Amino acid sequence: MAKIKVFINDKPYEVEDNQTIMQAADTVGFKIPRLCYHPRLSIEGACRVCIVEVYGQKNYVASCSFPVADGMKIYTETKELRRARRDIVELILDNHPQDCHTCERDSNCELQRLAYSMGIKKRHFEGERKKYQKDVSSTSVVRDPNKCILCGRCVRICSELQKVSALGHAHRGFKTVVMPAYDLPFTETVCTACGQCINVCPTAAFVEKNYTQDVFEKLDDKSLLKAVQIAPSVRAAIGEAFGLPPGTNMEKQLAAAMRKLGFDYVFDTQFGADLTIMEEASEFLERLQGKGKLPMITSCSAAWMKCMEQFHPDLIDNISTCKSPMSMMGALLKTYFPAKLKREPKEVFSVAVMCCTAKKYESARPELVVDGLRGVDTVITTREAAWMIKSVGIDLVNIKGEEFDAPLGLSSGAGAIFGTTGGVMEAAIRTAYELYTGETLVNIEVDGIRGMKGIKEGKLMMDGKEIRVAVAHGLGNAADLLDIARKEPDRFHFIEIMGCPGGCIGGGGQPYSGINSIPLDEACLAKRAQALYDLDRNKTIRRSHENPDIQRVYKDFLGRPLSPMAHKLLHTHYAKKEPRGIISRNIKAR
Amino acid sequence: MARKFNLTLCDGTSCIQKESKKIKELIEKEIEARGLSGKVTFNLSGCLGMCSKGPILIVNPGYTVYGNLKPEDVKKIFDEHIILKKPVAELTIQTDHLYNRFFRVFGDVNFFGRQMRIALRNCGVIDPENIDDYLSVRGYEALAKVLTDMKSEEVVAEVRKSGLRGRGGAGFPTGIKWELTARQKNDIKYVICNADEGDPGAFMDRSMIEGDPHSVLEGIIIGGYAIGATKGIIYIRAEYPLAIKRIEKAIEQAYQEGFLGKNILGSGFSFDVEIRLGAGAFVCGEETALMHSIEGSRGMPRPRPPYPSVEGLFGKPTCINNVETWSNIPVIILDGADWFSSIGVGKSKGTKVFALAGNIKNTGLVEVPMGTTLRQIIYDIGGGIPGNKKFKAVQTGGPSGGCLPEEFLDTPIDYESLQKAGSIMGSGGMIVIDENSCMVNIAKYFLEFTQNESCGKCTPCREGTKRMLEILTRITEGKGQEGDIEKLERLGTMITKASLCGLGQNAPNPVLSTIKNFRAEYEEHIRDKKCRARVCTYMMNYTINEKCTGCGACRRACPVNAISGSPKNRHEIDQSLCIKCGQCYKICKFSAIDRT
Repeated sequence: MAKIKVFINDKPYEVEDNQTIMQAADTVGFKIPRLCYHPRLSIEGACRVCIVEVYGQKNYVASCSFPVADGMKIYTETKELRRARRDIVELILDNHPQDCHTCERDSNCELQRLAYSMGIKKRHFEGERKKYQKDVSSTSVVRDPNKCILCGRCVRICSELQKVSALGHAHRGFKTVVMPAYDLPFTETVCTACGQCINVCPTAAFVEKNYTQDVFEKLDDKSLLKAVQIAPSVRAAIGEAFGLPPGTNMEKQLAAAMRKLGFDYVFDTQFGADLTIMEEASEFLERLQGKGKLPMITSCSAAWMKCMEQFHPDLIDNISTCKSPMSMMGALLKTYFPAKLKREPKEVFSVAVMCCTAKKYESARPELVVDGLRGVDTVITTREAAWMIKSVGIDLVNIKGEEFDAPLGLSSGAGAIFGTTGGVMEAAIRTAYELYTGETLVNIEVDGIRGMKGIKEGKLMMDGKEIRVAVAHGLGNAADLLDIARKEPDRFHFIEIMGCPGGCIGGGGQPYSGINSIPLDEACLAKRAQALYDLDRNKTIRRSHENPDIQRVYKDFLGRPLSPMAHKLLHTHYAKKEPRGIISRNIKAR
Repeated sequence: MARKFNLTLCDGTSCIQKESKKIKELIEKEIEARGLSGKVTFNLSGCLGMCSKGPILIVNPGYTVYGNLKPEDVKKIFDEHIILKKPVAELTIQTDHLYNRFFRVFGDVNFFGRQMRIALRNCGVIDPENIDDYLSVRGYEALAKVLTDMKSEEVVAEVRKSGLRGRGGAGFPTGIKWELTARQKNDIKYVICNADEGDPGAFMDRSMIEGDPHSVLEGIIIGGYAIGATKGIIYIRAEYPLAIKRIEKAIEQAYQEGFLGKNILGSGFSFDVEIRLGAGAFVCGEETALMHSIEGSRGMPRPRPPYPSVEGLFGKPTCINNVETWSNIPVIILDGADWFSSIGVGKSKGTKVFALAGNIKNTGLVEVPMGTTLRQIIYDIGGGIPGNKKFKAVQTGGPSGGCLPEEFLDTPIDYESLQKAGSIMGSGGMIVIDENSCMVNIAKYFLEFTQNESCGKCTPCREGTKRMLEILTRITEGKGQEGDIEKLERLGTMITKASLCGLGQNAPNPVLSTIKNFRAEYEEHIRDKKCRARVCTYMMNYTINEKCTGCGACRRACPVNAISGSPKNRHEIDQSLCIKCGQCYKICKFSAIDRT
């Protein structure tokens, strides 16, 4: 790329052409303060915090959108500019509740950090403040417009990355507010509960529905059998909430901490993932033999399930009927597990620690109820789990690691990589290949479907038959991939879809970004993914069907994959949903 | 022959000497021979004053003027003009310009005589719903000229040469905008006519579309040809039903006559126009917000660059101009860039339409050459201020403009001078304010409007104008504090420099300009709790004097029961309860309430 010369604060710098002032300044060590900007979203230019002076321009320009030019004289710090920027942030604060010390985002709030760095000590313009009702209708996401600073990140991620468009700006002037269509309660909207709005929100205008008090109460109940399962990507990320670098595997520490919290049994959702693979691979092979529609599309992502039922109901017959690993675990926790202990199913209190907010929604789906009981009683996110651990004073960083409990705690490497995009596909291939060909797949790492590319394609030969697979993560990429699949129905045999960017590791329940990172930073996601791939590589058992505990559960309880018992406990069904506010998916990113 | 003609022959001495008698007989003979009596009327007129070119024959409608006539020309005029409806071009002596037609009809009225109507040339002259009427005033001739004789680059060059600048407010040179859009290589390009007129009290665009929709349409088609667009969109407020009806009809007629659609006038150029209705958000007049609105999104501006000429509607190169700008285009093509640029001053060429409103005798639309002074508009055309009140200020440019006091009355109206004086051209609102108005209150009024209409996207405009409004409100309520003026200036300057779009950047103008020009009034409000115009009722003190008859009207009118007294006795106001609403003052028939 061509190099050009610009002057920043009168000092010459060589920067690349065709970029914005902010990007150029970043490369030479000026991190211009910013708020509404997010590298993965379109340029909003709304907050005006990143304004700079450009010689020859009458007004300040937003450095996030203004392109550099050769010889341009840029001033990022002048007395007037500093004051204007400070005043802008002060204006945002003036219309923001001043309850930092009781706020969910305290010490993790981008606005708080910004206000500090602007040096706002004295207030000049205080006046009327907005006052709205909190929307707590959703099982997953709580919307608090009082804390909203109208940066528009949630609106953009929902329409651009997820193409769900559940949120939009409404009203004008001081009364402007971000809300779903018709200001409906969240639960009645197209919201898929993916929680990406929480991830990108700089404040606490979006947070997950908090169930920690509920869990604490149940943990005190001596009559209950308290069992918890932990999702793969929780272990790869929870360390960040304790100041550890992204991608630190906290598996064993988590198991120990959960026992310290008072759980009687600590299980691994990766076991459920292995179970899912057994069912899903078998289902795929059935479909491949003509019993059912192809391409088969995965069904483990909760947000994707709701999204599919709303926006892609034409594909319901293509969706695998398998429950998610969490819900398969849940089903066993209320059947197989109490039976083994000779206890009543209703005595089991089943908690899932998930990287996901949509799992809260999933756990309440009536389709998943087994014998009148919910498989998973309560879902808490990585963030909630981290808070619980902190609040009772468990030293997660230095705790001595422990193992998961049997019989639902042993997992293969295939189960671990479920947490990252492409992982389900890779795990399924490992087992399907062997079930189909009778031979063991030697080269089990499928490179084509790893990585952070939005839509990935791969193929492999099974007994001379070419199997073509595709992977998409993020609901927007999913929509694009499905449009391809609709146009060319024979192009793919098997499609994996994850609702969140990067898969579960980028879920809406993961720890907030730290001081030097941004939400959904690709490098951070890649490190979390690497932790899971490392986990896989270090395991001796890397294929789900080789997991002895999986073999045992089939032998003792389920029979074989797709057996009537398996169908009753491990499979589900879907139905078209039409909430108000369904609009075209094809909102153009701008 | 459907159309009626009226022929007027000059019967002045000079013309009689040049065989006009003979011509008269020939005309009468032709009418009779062709059986046209009743369809063609003929009369003689007094001296028209163009003696050097006599004999003169005027054919109406269309005001075609034939001169230097010879008897043998009469047959030709009947053959071609009367029968085939084609004026005999070689015999006409038309040397004047399109706009002059207006003044043949209305030029003797003082209000009009001092104007120069180019954009409004046909308003009031032709039937806006009849395309024949428009054709009779050389309608679509510019389009024909462009399509047959001019390359698209030549059209752009002509517009550029004319010096025409955008009439929507910012005054960006139209030719350059066209050139930038024309330069883009893209199969799809758009032209947009911005008819989302939102300034309170402004109705230039509405009147133009209601009075002469075809001129606007012709301008749009020419623009489409010039920049290589295939589609034009007219974005107009839904609150303008008559204008919408007229422009719809004009589009329909233009399609019927082959001025729109495929292969226009056999030139190979195809162009379509459609209408999109705006829901009335002020900010949708901002070009990027307008395009979002057309695309079906919420009308919110986005940062520029990229400019619409590069990445506009649906991501395609788009040329967007205001109604008045479009309406100037046919004139520039027909009468030439040289003529157009001879009007006006400095870098501001041509004329500008203003909506005169406020404390002025002749409220209405006026069109004047650039460079006319504010004083000329207000006093010569507007007729001055009614009731012999004193002039206090004039506010130009709508709610985003500034208030200029008396010393700026001789400011010539052009983009640069107004900006220098601390106001803007805007789209052409002009509100005259007399001594009975409170400048703080005026500033508050305008800011209230822009705050309500802020799209809510950028912080300075959304939050900043709200805080400014709160400060202004407390000043007018007598609760102003020391330092409030400085706070207003601090916020206003920041909002001007840091806002995303023109709405925010100009929103503080009414406040900043009134502080600059009427600072004393602000200080009185804050320090002395006094409003010299007696507009801010909350600062008044109300007492009851000896004229009180004890009728009790004020006591009943008082909403907070601050007035007490027995019938037929002088009443009293409890100052600790009084909220200074002024109801007692309004209702008293005996001037017994003192307001100080």
